[in-house]
Amino acid sequence: MNLTLKIWRQKDANAQGKIVEYPISGVEGDMSFLEMLDVLNEGLINKGEEPVVFDHDCREGICGACSLQINGEPHGPDRLVTTCQLHMRKFNDGDTIFIEPFRAKAFPVVKDLMVDRSAFDRIQHAGGYISVNTSGNTIDANAIPVNKEDADDAFSAATCIGCGACVAACKNASAMLFTSAKVSQYALLPQGQVEATDRVLAMVNQMDEEGFGNCTNTGACEIECPKGISLENIARMNREYLKASAKG
Amino acid sequence: MSILDSKIPEGPLADKWTTHKNNINLVNPANKRNIDVIVVGTGLAGGSAAATLAELGYNVKTFCYQDSPRRAHSIAAQGGINAAKNYQGDGDSSYRLFYDTVKGGDYRSREANVYRLAEVSANIIDQCVAQGVPFAREYGGLLDNRSFGGVLVSRTFYAKGQTGQQLLLGAYSAMNRQINRGKIQAFNRHEMLDLVKIDGKARGIIARNLVTGEIERHSAHAVVLATGGYGNVFFLSTNAMGSNVMAAWRAHRRGAFFANPCYTQIHPTCIPVSGDHQSKLTLMSESLRNDGRIWVPKRKEDAEAIRAGKLKPTQLSEEERDYYLERRYPAFGNLVPRDVASRAAKERCDAGFGVNKTGEAVYLDFAAAIQRYGKEKALTSGIHNPSAQQILELGEKVIEDKYGNLFQMYEKIVDENPYKTPMMIYPAVHYTMGGLWVDYNLQTTVPGCYAAGEANFSDHGANRLGASALMQGLADGYFVLPYTIGDYLSHDIRTGKIPTDTPEFDQAEKEVTERIQKLMSGAGTHSVDYYHKKLGKIMWNKCGMSRNEKELKEAIDEISELRADFWKNVKVPGDANGMNTELEKAGRVADFLELGELFAKDALNRNESCGGHFREESVEQSGEQKGEALRDDVNFKYVAAWEYKGAPKEAVLHKEELTFDNIELKTRSYK
Amino acid sequence: MSGLIKSSIARKVAMALSGLFLVFFLLQHFTINFTSIFSPDTFNELSHFMGTNPLVQFVLQPVLIFGVVFHFVMGFVLELKNRNARAVKYAKYNGGANASWMSRNMILSGLVILSFLGLHFYDFWIPEMVHKYVEFAPADSTRYYHELVEKFVSPVRTGLYIISFVFLALHLWHGFASSFQSVGFNNKFAVGAKKFAKAFAIVIPLGFIIVSIVLHFSHNH
Repeated sequence: MNLTLKIWRQKDANAQGKIVEYPISGVEGDMSFLEMLDVLNEGLINKGEEPVVFDHDCREGICGACSLQINGEPHGPDRLVTTCQLHMRKFNDGDTIFIEPFRAKAFPVVKDLMVDRSAFDRIQHAGGYISVNTSGNTIDANAIPVNKEDADDAFSAATCIGCGACVAACKNASAMLFTSAKVSQYALLPQGQVEATDRVLAMVNQMDEEGFGNCTNTGACEIECPKGISLENIARMNREYLKASAKG
Repeated sequence: MSILDSKIPEGPLADKWTTHKNNINLVNPANKRNIDVIVVGTGLAGGSAAATLAELGYNVKTFCYQDSPRRAHSIAAQGGINAAKNYQGDGDSSYRLFYDTVKGGDYRSREANVYRLAEVSANIIDQCVAQGVPFAREYGGLLDNRSFGGVLVSRTFYAKGQTGQQLLLGAYSAMNRQINRGKIQAFNRHEMLDLVKIDGKARGIIARNLVTGEIERHSAHAVVLATGGYGNVFFLSTNAMGSNVMAAWRAHRRGAFFANPCYTQIHPTCIPVSGDHQSKLTLMSESLRNDGRIWVPKRKEDAEAIRAGKLKPTQLSEEERDYYLERRYPAFGNLVPRDVASRAAKERCDAGFGVNKTGEAVYLDFAAAIQRYGKEKALTSGIHNPSAQQILELGEKVIEDKYGNLFQMYEKIVDENPYKTPMMIYPAVHYTMGGLWVDYNLQTTVPGCYAAGEANFSDHGANRLGASALMQGLADGYFVLPYTIGDYLSHDIRTGKIPTDTPEFDQAEKEVTERIQKLMSGAGTHSVDYYHKKLGKIMWNKCGMSRNEKELKEAIDEISELRADFWKNVKVPGDANGMNTELEKAGRVADFLELGELFAKDALNRNESCGGHFREESVEQSGEQKGEALRDDVNFKYVAAWEYKGAPKEAVLHKEELTFDNIELKTRSYK
Repeated sequence: MSGLIKSSIARKVAMALSGLFLVFFLLQHFTINFTSIFSPDTFNELSHFMGTNPLVQFVLQPVLIFGVVFHFVMGFVLELKNRNARAVKYAKYNGGANASWMSRNMILSGLVILSFLGLHFYDFWIPEMVHKYVEFAPADSTRYYHELVEKFVSPVRTGLYIISFVFLALHLWHGFASSFQSVGFNNKFAVGAKKFAKAFAIVIPLGFIIVSIVLHFSHNH
């Protein structure tokens, strides 16, 4: 396959960026999208140019490091995959592919396609935990039975990989799906109930402070989420928030 | 007498840990406030250690190269975590878990450490549930278990195929709580480039801010390294792209002995390499071997036809297939331990029976399981005389419920439907049992420098059983280190803050800066990846699944030459003052080029076959076990700990003799 | 108004509740209008009641006006904040791949509806206020149908009304169902409720369109 890549290049956080065009040839369908970029970078390095910088680590779809807005969609056109598991067979010979960083005011560009997603970490710091000591002197794991359906739902919410595709896809750059996944996981488990009120207020407050946009229920996040995190979590968070606000 | 003191407490095996905890020194809460601890690496071991130490009151600084602790590669662990809870009432106990782990490690681990691991395993589950880790549950609301390879009980707790993710996020949440309290300062996108020693003790690190390129000094009263394994020395592995040995290797160069570097786990069920562009390998959970049958064609012509695309695997009849694991190991069949299954696959492919275009793949076939489950399901659903189509549909549904996410992942990567045609798999480097030598307290040979999780060598011997890595990482971080490090720090309550403007820090920073300069000023003919791939090829071909004297010697020379070439000719574009991902890679590969040589040297020294280490010179010559691995307990029942003396060639071997007072050494047989 | 409600979720809920209130008003408005095409007398009666009942005039009417203004102002505030949340736009953005046109263009459909409200107030509300509170014209319980029909003589105005109702449908299609999600109503009953909301989004604007067309042609006969 021969492709034309239009890639956002930006030297650092403060520099002005621009789209730069790169032709690439010899792309195989079995390559992952990132392996295709590896080939591009190898060529750039051999020419003495700086390679395109992008976040990536596990390359098996679980660490959440890889990002990229590919032809206007986070993680590209395939569904339920991260960019590292998107394969080039999804593209055709002669295609032009736009590759941009995830865009949000709360996700400033670090370099090229790499963005700073520490806003997500700060939302977690605000309340993404259960306050138990890690000494191991807790009650037996089976002391509190948990309804299987609730446990399964909590698990589904907990599979969020924190990649930020929800924010990137949302026309408002809202972080509600991410935040609600964490709120939901704990809200569904008896262990998480104790601090439920403080948690949802603190996390939503932090989310707002980070400068994310508001949710207008377009549902884009759910469609683009590589882990299929459900919109139900946002409804649950709204409910939890209202309950918590009423409690004061 | 060896200079290695493992500091194993006296007394009966089962009481050692309790006795030890009762006898070690404690630090009072007011003094903990004056003590700093650095934790490098924030995966299961580092994250849990950081959270617990901060909770106890120490001032903790964490470092990770990723943009968030949540990305550490512990997250990729799939299958589960072992714990001797005996919830299933199937006779499990701490002793059994201890026994299985020592046996699974082919009797090359330390009894006291493994027993402690088994003992605290149950606590891990309590802890994680309290933290909100959503483990799989039964309809009654209690925790579910599954069974794993190499054991006779169901003791594995799991969260679908994402157990590592859930446990890591649990540890990360505990960290978040301490970050919010101000007790942990998290330095993300930072890489440790050196360990700083003052008066022989570890007192800090030199780190590079990967975003700004700044070289920073950080001091502490103790340094914990929880930086994972070094499987990426093979270039292709199931490790994350950034997984590296730098922190451990820097500590090694500063005096920490490196133990058993040659012990590598090659996992049998990974997705095969598809071409030269391949950047990493993807694991398919071991649990698949519960239902999948592994085979290659019986006739070479069929294998050739399949490779050429002229024949489909589904066209071969049962008689034309060689279910080689079932043939060779009738007792364990497809469920032999990882090392055995991997070697058997390599043996068939080397003999010309491989089934993908590169000839390096075998089939993992679910057709029989689909039929079996389909018939069972039809029976239990009350369908009499089900049609073939009905059986197929019902069976596929059962398989989907069990392994749906894995099958989907396979299909995304390979573009074949594994419900309809057998999966192709091949072994890949997965985990390294070797690592920094530590004593019972997890302290390395550098006082004040500790190693936890995969970064140390301690608990898995020569082969790790499935679902044990998560257990070890969390045991070290939550329950072992916080006690043992207190004993050491109790002598530091009057030390006060460690200044960073000392000659030792000056010197370390100078060396780090010079090294970066040197990397940046290579003559520039080849990229970092070029060298990494070359190193990987040498490692895979000569230090891979089977090893021999001749090739290991060749490997030592080749790696040494490659290293010299690297330092002369590597090309790192850009500059060091700012983000430079090539510079990061170059630093890591430079260390792999040293470690690789020590790896080969260790493999050459260990002229026996044990666990993941298979020496062609050491095989059973006769009897039922003919051709199988032959362990040599007379000459090699020791931990090989290497002391740095300049070039890896000059490393000096120190032996820690292993004693087995509670377990009888046996030959592992799976026939 | 935006200072009063600060948190993102509170604003979102406020949008949903004010929207739901307007939906309820729309249903009431439609019910009365619909009577005009088969019973001018009923229409007159109902209109007279609405126009003269003090509760409606001095309690419900201000509440309604507040609801409308609130919904619009909050809509604009949120839109500005949301645009601001992505300072640098994508060179290529494939919004259609993951979200409906309606959901992505609420501000557009909202603006069309806002301009329509201007026209609508100019047509009915202002004359009505002038009639009642400026000219102090005597009460006439039969004038309403006549006035209504007069407005739909012009094909241009009828056309404008129809276009506006189409946009109203588009706005409701996303807005009504989405308000359930906003207030956290998402259980097994929500599926049915959302179906109802989608049906409402079609049926009510379509009803208004039918009323406009019928009135337009009934006069021309």
